[in-house]
Amino acid sequence: MTNTLHRFGKPDTLRDDYIVFAMAAKGINDDGAAAKVQTFFRTALKYDPINMGNAVINPLYRPEKNLTFLKLYFSGRHEKVAPETFIAEVAALGTAAVVFGNRGAMGGFLKELQDLDLGLSVNVSALVDDVREVCGEIHLTPHSVEYSLPFAGDLERLPERDILSLTTMCGHGMIAANFARKMVDGVREGRFGHDQACQYMAKFCVCGVFNTTRAMRILEAAGSGT
Amino acid sequence: MNISKKKCVGCANCVPVCPMGAIVIGPDLLAEVNREACVECHTCYRGMSFEHLPGGPVRWARRLLKKIRLRFQPDPDLCPTEALEPEKLAWPRIVRSAFSDPMVTHESTGIHGRGTAEVKTNDVTNRVGTGEAGFVVEFGRPGVGVFFRDVDKATRALAGQGVAFEKENPVTSLMSDAGAGGIREDILDEKVLSCIVEFKTRLEEVPGVLSAIKAVAKTLDTVVSLGVSTRCDSDGNDPLRAVLAKEGYDAWRAKVNLGLGRQSNAKSRGTERQA
Repeated sequence: MTNTLHRFGKPDTLRDDYIVFAMAAKGINDDGAAAKVQTFFRTALKYDPINMGNAVINPLYRPEKNLTFLKLYFSGRHEKVAPETFIAEVAALGTAAVVFGNRGAMGGFLKELQDLDLGLSVNVSALVDDVREVCGEIHLTPHSVEYSLPFAGDLERLPERDILSLTTMCGHGMIAANFARKMVDGVREGRFGHDQACQYMAKFCVCGVFNTTRAMRILEAAGSGT
Repeated sequence: MNISKKKCVGCANCVPVCPMGAIVIGPDLLAEVNREACVECHTCYRGMSFEHLPGGPVRWARRLLKKIRLRFQPDPDLCPTEALEPEKLAWPRIVRSAFSDPMVTHESTGIHGRGTAEVKTNDVTNRVGTGEAGFVVEFGRPGVGVFFRDVDKATRALAGQGVAFEKENPVTSLMSDAGAGGIREDILDEKVLSCIVEFKTRLEEVPGVLSAIKAVAKTLDTVVSLGVSTRCDSDGNDPLRAVLAKEGYDAWRAKVNLGLGRQSNAKSRGTERQA
């Protein structure tokens, strides 16, 4: 499960993109893990996370399966549930993931996790030097590290840079390149706004690791042709 | 995946949503699924919102609006008639879903996703130890997909390098001969969104294995994403980054296990491993 490791982009475009995971190993530290992961998510709320999910239930951004004409007309779309609603639904650990958009929030969250001592394995997927710096500041010693190396193989089959930057924010590949392209074009043509396009895409990422703030930056850059 | 001809109104919203481009509008102007290209990831069914309009009247309204140069266009993430219908899958096609749909639990590993927990739980499992490198080679990612016949080609090449495949990995469980890296024949024509092959080596073997992966990747009709992991020393530093730099890889993005995991289950406390 390398679902956040291979986010595409240059280091400066990935600077404000931190994914913190909690996981348990079967038979080792999974007893009572559901309650612990609820604590994990509730603690994260203090640091204003961008997204969260656990790949077992629908994440914060989720499709609406029971729309009707009247609902659409009078009530509109409700594409993001309240974090507390999501947390209350968590019944199993899965891979609990929270996305932050700044280093300070990520560091504060890690410090609090350290103090809580939940016993779950916690990982951060981000620029490795940033993570090491934060670890130094809060006196945490990294245990293991997994590096992402460049894509190999038939690279001509990959989509263009902006599209790849958007689609790889769902590591399972649930955001199709054609859909990301439709979102970029829709924003350029004024059919919908940047935030709406980000919400449309976020709903397809079942792990809740899609960074809507970074997606906004990518869409803005793509829209301005930079 | 199937799309109901009775319900579909041909709005084409599902066409770009498919990660494999397997949905097209057919000659009858309704959506249909190319079964060869579909990997049963259920992205269309799971990710799209549904409105429950009746297919017949909506098709009639669409034709009428077209005559007066107007267009019925629902929100881009919406299927207006809930026309997407998952199929009950049988072997070997069910393999597609097991590897492509992240909400399906692999029977072989008991976890969601296409591989194992890798180093994410290394602080309690010590799967990748000091002086070792864990390889996570994902075929088909990002967004290209892969047939198992290509995976077979790669795993046979890696086996030739003497690597031992991770026993708990779903691809390993589908090998007929793990020593030779051979995937069982009845699934070679099955396509998945991606699948992960895992193994570990000694750190000094990393350059040779990287060269082998690079060489075999050039022969595949897909793309490969590669992750390499190791255990840090007591100061939190690791020797792997220097090894990768020497091989020309500027590794700046990573997943870092912070070592906060603890063996907490009652039954595991008496049998703690040195992690």
